[in-house]
Order: sequence, then structure tokens, then C-alpha cells
Amino acid sequence: MVNFTVNGTARRFDGDEDMPLLWYLRDDLRLTGTRFGCGAGLCGACTVHLDGLAVRSCQTPIRTLQNKRVVTIEGLSPDGTHPVQRAWVTHDVAQCGYCQTGQIMQAASLLTRTPNPTDQDIDRAMAGNICRCGTYQRIRAAIKTAARGRA
Amino acid sequence: MNSIENVSRRRFIGGVFSTGAFVLAARVLPESVWAQTATPAFRTNADGAALNPSVYLGIQPDGTVFIVTHRSEMGTGIRTTLPMVAADELDADWGRVRIEQGIGDARYGDQNTDGSRSIRDFYEAFRRAGASARTMLVSAAAAQWGVPASECTTRNHEVVHQASGRRLAYGALVPAAAKLAVPKPEDLRFKPKTDWRLVGQETSTYDQQDIVTGKAQFGLDVFREGMVHASIEHPPVLGGTPRSVNDKDALAVKGVQQTVTLDTFKPPHLFQPLGGVAVIADNTWAALQGRRRLKVDWNDGPHANFESEAFKKQLLQTVSQPAKVARNLGNVDAEFAKGGKVLEATYYTPMAAHASMEPPAAVADFRDGKVTVWAPTQNPQAVQDACAAVLGIDKQNVICHVTLLGGGFGRKSKPDYAAEAAVLSRRLGKPVKVVWTREDDIRFDYYHTTAAVYHKASVDGRGRPTAWLHRSAFPPIASTFVPGAREPLSFELDLGLVDLPFDVPNIRAENGPADAHVRIGWFRAVSNNFHAFAAHTFADEMAKAAGRDSLEYLLDLIGPGKVLDLKSQGVDYSNYGAPYDKYPIDTRRLRRVLEVAGERSGWGKRKPGNGWGLGIAAHRSFNTYVASVVEVEVDARGAVRVPRIDQIVDAGIIVNPNRVRAQMEGAAVMAVGLARTGEITAAGGRIQQTNFNNFPVARMNDAPVQVNVHFVESDALPTGVGEPGLPPVLAALGNAIQAATGRRVRELPLSRQKLS
Repeated sequence: MVNFTVNGTARRFDGDEDMPLLWYLRDDLRLTGTRFGCGAGLCGACTVHLDGLAVRSCQTPIRTLQNKRVVTIEGLSPDGTHPVQRAWVTHDVAQCGYCQTGQIMQAASLLTRTPNPTDQDIDRAMAGNICRCGTYQRIRAAIKTAARGRA
Repeated sequence: MNSIENVSRRRFIGGVFSTGAFVLAARVLPESVWAQTATPAFRTNADGAALNPSVYLGIQPDGTVFIVTHRSEMGTGIRTTLPMVAADELDADWGRVRIEQGIGDARYGDQNTDGSRSIRDFYEAFRRAGASARTMLVSAAAAQWGVPASECTTRNHEVVHQASGRRLAYGALVPAAAKLAVPKPEDLRFKPKTDWRLVGQETSTYDQQDIVTGKAQFGLDVFREGMVHASIEHPPVLGGTPRSVNDKDALAVKGVQQTVTLDTFKPPHLFQPLGGVAVIADNTWAALQGRRRLKVDWNDGPHANFESEAFKKQLLQTVSQPAKVARNLGNVDAEFAKGGKVLEATYYTPMAAHASMEPPAAVADFRDGKVTVWAPTQNPQAVQDACAAVLGIDKQNVICHVTLLGGGFGRKSKPDYAAEAAVLSRRLGKPVKVVWTREDDIRFDYYHTTAAVYHKASVDGRGRPTAWLHRSAFPPIASTFVPGAREPLSFELDLGLVDLPFDVPNIRAENGPADAHVRIGWFRAVSNNFHAFAAHTFADEMAKAAGRDSLEYLLDLIGPGKVLDLKSQGVDYSNYGAPYDKYPIDTRRLRRVLEVAGERSGWGKRKPGNGWGLGIAAHRSFNTYVASVVEVEVDARGAVRVPRIDQIVDAGIIVNPNRVRAQMEGAAVMAVGLARTGEITAAGGRIQQTNFNNFPVARMNDAPVQVNVHFVESDALPTGVGEPGLPPVLAALGNAIQAATGRRVRELPLSRQKLS
């Protein structure tokens, strides 16, 4: 039995504890904003926050979640107005949009720890998140906008 | 024998038609776009609206405008951009437009969202949809006021009578307008450019807010009541069949319900399921776990000898020999025989995978002889065809709902994964979601083909070619439609081979045969990628050999510019399916993008060398002209950094500059990634790459840092932007590396080349 919260709601899990959080979120809770991209921690499309820090939910077995707080894109802000989300809209970052929820969760985590990131900070934090459409320069610009909005 | 040939010929034709993009004869528009006649298989809100002058558009009495996008949204922004065209012509308030996605339905016309032609082919249709509604609303207002319609204008969701200052909201006019006849297309008047309010304006993607909040629905996000999850172990070699299946351990996994063996396709593979063994489970994780424990012994079949290293040698050998002539101008041989200075070079590019971020996935629900499919597909009509064929039912009994696509790049034009879901749903009697893993996606793609290209030119005293011979060889897309096809369909040569745009008196283009051992498909920009990489690298080689500036040389090579007459040179040029008189190869436009490149990119301002350089190339593809200038820094270990790329675009009228810019930015990133590490190889017929660790794509820390996009002002008809941004970047990147290091790049990927 594993007890944890997802977007503030208490959850109790008694199935296969090896199941990655990704599939619990998607198939059980239908929180589909967390995406499946590689299943191997290589692309970042499945990024969520675990106790406030970005993790790959495809590499996070449920057994590791005892008493942890999980936040997904659906819980990042009540109305989709987190500074990072607003910056993404301002810069019209998304093309297909599939990876962008993971990118946003990663960027939000970066800004929590590093409120005014340099280009190098951004490269380092975001290099694990693939965007096949190639929106990287807008992602970088949006992160800077979000950072300025906070300052 | 004859009857077999006839059957295969028919299947071939059917297959080619379902590729849509490259067929001249295919009907783009349906008989009746403007007025509804038939009962649709699925009613959109536009269909149900009180005023519904077109399959693409409806207006309700509350003023809400519904616009149907029948083309798929894979990231190009087409779901926003086509409705902008209709909304502008309608003079609608963009904030009151609701966009809805059309299902697969012939009444919308062609729906195969590839070939960069959604705007090109449907710009006019969407203008007509908007203009029809506007005309009817104006007529209704004029009748109500008792004034001539010619005295009325429209502005932002209202009809205005200038003389009296009266105005009526569109919504209020809907009931009266709905009683009027839909105007004939030939009677419609379009707004003059000076009155355009949306077209040409930076417009945000319609789905942006849903995307950033996770609400956007992709194919993988579809759930149906009673649905099971399927993960399929495909034959590791194309055309293989299971010799024996041991599913004991798979069935022992909690949540696994059963396994289902699927038939391997009968050639040609077209968009049929590959075959294999499906593990059916309560949820995705159980299906994946079960699959890991599945033991299958395979009969590999004839492609088990495919070794990409040996195959490469064979391709290089093929292009060293005379081959079938695809274009002939003047007499290349006579010029070569004169014995002047000659340059020659051979280029090679490997296979590549699309690797869209959302792997192939689909949900199907078969019941009562009909199947409903939800799929991230570039071509819902091909989903209908493929499911109908594999199930042996009528196409009308396949309903295909199109979700958003997590990338496509050509892969999702091929609906094999939707056909798998349909087959499984019928077999199991319940809704099925088929999920491909990333490994499945990379190992079982319809690959971007490998190619070898040979170039030879004799040059005059200024280094200008007097004769130019070039020859490509590659496993063709034709092999997906015709079993054993070794020669390309002619359109494959129309993409960058026979349309070499340079002003040279003697040109011959040839193509040699090559066998396909995996499924070959079309990948963003298709054969333009390797043809352009080779041709524009060779042009740069000639410039450097002559000691001339590359840009100055290219402008000389193009000359003053003209419309090319390929017909007189034995070429039946398909021109991306567009009429040549309206969309000719006009090398004045190619010249112009290069001139602008010179003005905007900083060309010639800094001396290249010592690990720094600029490279340039310009290429017309999909009726659009793009010049790319790439800046590189190459360090002592040969690591390449790309600080900046300038993309200069002439795509005619730009409907949504915001999204055109995004496409050019993204294409530049994809091109750099492809050039760096894009390589798929095979051993024993099995693809060796599996995931993003061994098929790396561009990441933020190795992508071009800054991509600047410049538009050439144009009133020409709008043309494609999804693909043309890619081909010139490949050559410009290699040319930049040469400028920086002196090392010429004739092969990709760069990761295999010694650059220090």
C-alpha cells in the first residue's frame, strides 16, 4: 500500500508498485497532460513535480512515492496562469504541443531553484527535454520572460 | 501472368492515390464544398448551424462562427491558419470563431496533410467559405434596410450601411441569411488586400492554452468505456512471421488478458499492419510488461540479409555507373569530351526515423460491422481506406476522428497503427487502444531513405559549369506500393533532382536502382533532403575551387533568373501536384531569397577560418523558395556549435507569419539534428537503433541557438512552409563547416565525420 497525493488529493495505491507513476497518472487518473515519449527517461515528456522538483514519471515506480507530493501539469496552477504557462502563451512556444507540458514542468522547477537563470543554466536544466518540432529558442525566451515576471 | 500484373497495378494505383500528395490527377476539392447535399457521417457544429453555406463553415444566431479544419494539426498551425483565411473573408471577430476538427470524409476534399500544401490547395476554398457567408449576411441586411447590397460593407462581425450609419450584428442576420441561396463561386467577390484584417497578422495558435494546461487531446489521450490496451511485438525483419509463440509468462503478468497473433501483410505492405503478436491488457503498463515476457521465434524471410554498411557500398557503386536519364538538356558528354577542367564528388546520407514525440497510437471500436477510430493521423481518409481493406468492409463504415498529433513529419500519413487497432477491436469485440513504444516507433518506421548522389561538372575559366551531370540512387518510396520496386516513382526525382535550378547549358540527371529492405516512407521534405544536400554542397565546392565568394557564385550560377522549361528537357515534372503555370520554377525568386540572405545575414562581413564560418544554400521545394545561412563554430576536437541560422523565405502571401516563422525555426533545428546524428542502420535485417539514446535528435544544448526568419514580400499565391525550411540548411551547414575548417562534408551524419 502506497499513500501519496496528486495535485493535493490523497491517493492510496495497492496495485503493482513497480508500475511507473506515468501510467498511474494516465491510465488510472486520466491525467493525460503527462505524456509518454520514450519510457526510458530520455525525453522529458513525462516530467512532473515530486515534492516540488522535476522528475521523469516514467522512471518513478509507485513504490517510491510513500508520503510524497506529486504535482502534474493539471495541478501546476488552478487556472493555467502559472508564470511559465503565461510566458509559453506569450511566446506561442508550442508547435504540436505534445512535449510542452513536460517542458513547462521542467522550466517551472528550474525557476523555483534558480529564479534568474543564465543561458547556461537553461541549457543544463532543459537539455533532457526533447522537442522534435524544434521550439527551443522560444522555450528559452519564454523561460526568461517568466523569470522577469517573477523578479 | 497478365492478370497478376493487372491486380498489382490496380493495388499500386490505389496505394499511390492514398498517398495523395504526389498525384496530379487526384481531386483536391470535392464536387460540392459550397452547399451541403449528402447526409454526413458525422455532423459538425458547422453542419448544425442555422447558416451553413459551406462544409467548412457555419454561423449561429448568437453570432458564434464554427470553422471546420479538415487538415490535421501536427504542429504547423494549420488548424489556426486555414480558419484565419475564412474568418478574414467573413470579416469575423476572431474571438467568436470556434474551430472544430473534421472527421475523415470525402466531402471535405483531400485530407492528406502532407506535401506542405494545405494552404496552397485550400486557401481559395476557405476564402470562398468566408465570402459566401459574408455575401449572404450582407444581402440579408440590405433587404432588411431596403438598400442595395452594394451600399453595405462589413466590419468585425457586423454589416454596416455607411450612408445611414446603420449596423446589424451577424448573429441577428443569421435567420434571414439562412433563407437565401448560397452564392455561386463565380459570383463571389473577395476582399481586397487592403481590407485584410487577419491574413498577414501574427496570430496565436488556437490550441495554445489547452496545450500549456495539459488539456489538449492527442491520440494517446483517448479512452473509451470498456477499452483494453494492446502492445504489439512486430516481426523484427520486414515481412517476418512467428514460427512459434510462447505467451505463458506474458499471461502470468497481472492485468494481461490474452495475446493475439496478427497476420503479416501480403505484399505490397502499403499501410497494412506489419503482423506480430499483440499483448492485450487492462492498462498500458501491464501490456508492456507482458510483452517483455513474450517469447516469439521468428521466420525472418528474405530481408534478413540487409546490412546497411554493405548496402552503402552498393549504393555508391550504383551512382558511379551510368543510369536511367531523368532530364537531359544539351549534351553533357560532348562537353566533357572537350577535356576541360572537371570536378566530381559523391555524397551519402543514411536512413533516418521520424521520431515524432507522440509515438503511433490509435483507438478503435468495432461493432455491428462498423468501426470508429480515433487517431493522431495526417490522413483520416487513408485510415478509412486501410481499415476498410484490412477488415474487408466498406470505407463508409469506417469513421475516423482526428485528434491532435504529437508530431507527424510524414510518419502519421501511414495509418498501419490505426489498422492494427481496428483488427484487434473486431477480434476482441471491444474498444482497443494500440500503443507503440518509442522502440517500436524507431525500429518499425517508414524510413527516410538512404541515398547516394554523384555530381560531375566541367567548368570554364571562371569556374562556371559548362556541363553538369548528377545521379542519385536510393531505395524508393515506390517499394511501399509495388512489391520489389527498385526505381522511384517519378515524383521522387522531382524533389530536388530534375529541377536543378542553375543556368547551365548542358545538364543531365540520372537515377539508378536500389532495393528496399525496410518500409520506405516520406519524411519532412522527402528526397529534397539528400538531393539538395548534394547539389548545393557541390555548388559550393565549385565556388571554392574557383576561389570565388559562395553567394556571388550562386547568383552567377542562377543568372538573371527565368521560368524553367523542364518539359522541353524530357521531364514530366509533377511540381508537388500544383499547376505549373500558376506555380512555376521561377529562378528569379530563388535569386531574390539569396540576395536578401546577403543583406540580412551578415554575409561577407567577417573572414572565415580558424573554426568559424558561414555557409549558404538556397532551394525551392513545395513551391516555396528558401535560402539558409548557417553560422558555425568548430572547436579543436571537431565539435560543432551553431550560434545562428538565417532563413529567408518566399512562400508568396504569408497568412500567419507567426506560424511560418515557427516552421522555419523548427525545420532549421530538425535539419541540424538530422545532420549531426540522424542515422538508422540495420544488421541482419534488424534496425539497430531503439530510442533517443542511440538515435539522438536535436536538444536545446546542441540546437542552433538563434534562428532568424526573414520574409520576401510577395503577392504570389501562398505556398507550403512545413517542409521547405529543411533542405537548404543541410547543405549550408556543411558549407559553413568547410568555411570554418577547410574540411568538406560529403557524408552525413557529422558524428561519423572527422572535423578536426
